Amino acid sequence: MHELSICQALMHQVQNIAQEREAEYVTEIVIGMGPLSGVEAQLLKNAFPIASVGTVAETAKLIINDLPLRVKCGQCGAESEVTPNKLLCKNCGNWRTTLISGDELMLMSVELEKHKEPEAVH
Amino acid sequence: MCDTCGCNITHGNESLIRPGGKLAKTESGKEAVTVLHSLLHENDHAAQHNREHFDRHNVLAVNLMSSPGAGKTSLLEATIQQLDPDLRIAVIEGDLETENDAERIRKHGVKAIQITTGSACHLDAHMIHQAVHNLDLSELDIVFIENVGNLVCPASFDLGQHQNVVLLSVPEGDDKPVKYPVMFRAADLVMISKSDLLPILNDFKIEKAKHYLHDIASTAPVIELSSKDSSGMAVWLEWLDQQIASRKAYLQTYRKAAPLNGALSPHLHTMNHPAHSNKVVK
Ligand SMILES: Nc1nc2c(ncn2[C@@H]2O[C@H](COP(=O)(O)OP(=O)(O)OP(=O)(O)O)[C@@H](O)[C@H]2O)c(=O)[nH]1
Ligand SMILES: [Mg+2]
Ligand SMILES: [Zn+2]
Ligand SMILES: [Zn+2]
Repeated sequence: MHELSICQALMHQVQNIAQEREAEYVTEIVIGMGPLSGVEAQLLKNAFPIASVGTVAETAKLIINDLPLRVKCGQCGAESEVTPNKLLCKNCGNWRTTLISGDELMLMSVELEKHKEPEAVH
Repeated sequence: MCDTCGCNITHGNESLIRPGGKLAKTESGKEAVTVLHSLLHENDHAAQHNREHFDRHNVLAVNLMSSPGAGKTSLLEATIQQLDPDLRIAVIEGDLETENDAERIRKHGVKAIQITTGSACHLDAHMIHQAVHNLDLSELDIVFIENVGNLVCPASFDLGQHQNVVLLSVPEGDDKPVKYPVMFRAADLVMISKSDLLPILNDFKIEKAKHYLHDIASTAPVIELSSKDSSGMAVWLEWLDQQIASRKAYLQTYRKAAPLNGALSPHLHTMNHPAHSNKVVK
C-alpha cells in the first residue's frame, strides 16, 4: 500500500505551507485526483489519520475531488470522457489517443487558521 | 518549494483544475491557499536529479517492473550472459526482504546493490539516489533497476530511469493490461515473459494481450521472451542497443544546444540531499 507514503508526502507539503504562513492549524486540505493517478481515494482517506496525527493538520478535513478522465483522439481530434481500461476515441474508435486529464494526483488547496491575536493585557 | 514547476498541470487539464485566485480569504481568521502541486513533487524532483546523474555519464537506466515472480531476475541473469561483453552494467535490486536477488546477480560477476524496502511495496527516487551514490557511474553503460514485484505501487514513483520495461508472464493471463492500466501505460516496452510456456498455457493469446494494450492506448512495443530457452533474447538485446544509441544521440544534441545551462551537472549540489556526504564505495 503506497497510499501511506503518498499521504506522508502530502503531510510534508502541508506542514511546509502552514509553517511558511505561520498558521496554527490546517482546517481543510483539498486534493484533486484522476482515475489513472494510481492511488485509491479510499486508501488515501484511511491513511490520512495515521499520517496527520500530531501535525498541524491533525484535525483538518480531507476533501478529495475526482477529476475526469479525458482523452483526445490522434486521428479525428475528438475529445471523449472514458474509463480507465477503455481509452478509445468515442467518436471514431481509434486507440491512439492521448490523455488530457485523469492521471493527476495533486494538492489543490489548503485552508489555514492563523494565530489568534493575543488578548490585550490591561 | 518551487512555485513554477506546475507539476502535472497541462494545457489540457488546466481549465479543469485551476480555480480562480491564488489566495482567498475565507471566514475570519482563515486563509485559503491554492497550491496545485503534485503530491509526488518531492519524489519527482529527486528522480530528475537521479536522471541527471545517469545522463552525466551517458548511462542508460532501465526500470523493470512486474508482478512477483514474472521473471525479472531471470531476465537479468540471461541478459548478463548474452549481452555484448563491452557493455558494462550494474543492477539495483528492490525487494521487501532478503539479498537473494542481488546475490543471484553477483554470482555472474556483476555489481548489484540490494535495497530492502521493509514494508514499502515500491522503490522511490530517494532510495535510488542512495544506491546511485554507491555506484561508479563513470564505469558503466547500463544500470538496471529491478523494482519490487508489484503491479500497482511502483507505477506511481519515477526513479529517474530512462525506460520502463513491464514484464507480463504467460501464467498471469493476457488481460493484465486492462486490470492494471496505470502500470501498463507506464511501460515503454512490454515484455511477454516465460514465452516457452505459451504452448502449454495456450489460453494466453499474444494478440489478445496486444488488443488489451490498445484498449489502454499504450503505444509500447511488445516482445516475447523466454529466459529459459533464450528465444526473443536477440530482439531484447537489440532494443537495449537502440536505447543506448538514442540516449547518446539525444544527449549530444542537448549538450550542443545548451552547453552552459548546467542541467546535466547535478553535482553543483545545490539540492539538499544527505546521501552526498557518503563516499562512493567501489
Ligand atoms: N518457464 C519459465 N520459467 C521462468 C522464466 N523466467 C523465470 N522463470 C521462473 O519463474 C520463477 C520466478 O523467477 P524470477 O526471475 O525470480 O522472478 P522475479 O520477477 O525476479 O521475482 P521477484 O523478484 O520475487 O518479484 C523462477 O522459478 C524462475 O525459474 C522463463 O522464461 N520460463
Ligand atoms: Mg527478482
Ligand atoms: Zn477519433
Ligand atoms: Zn546526487
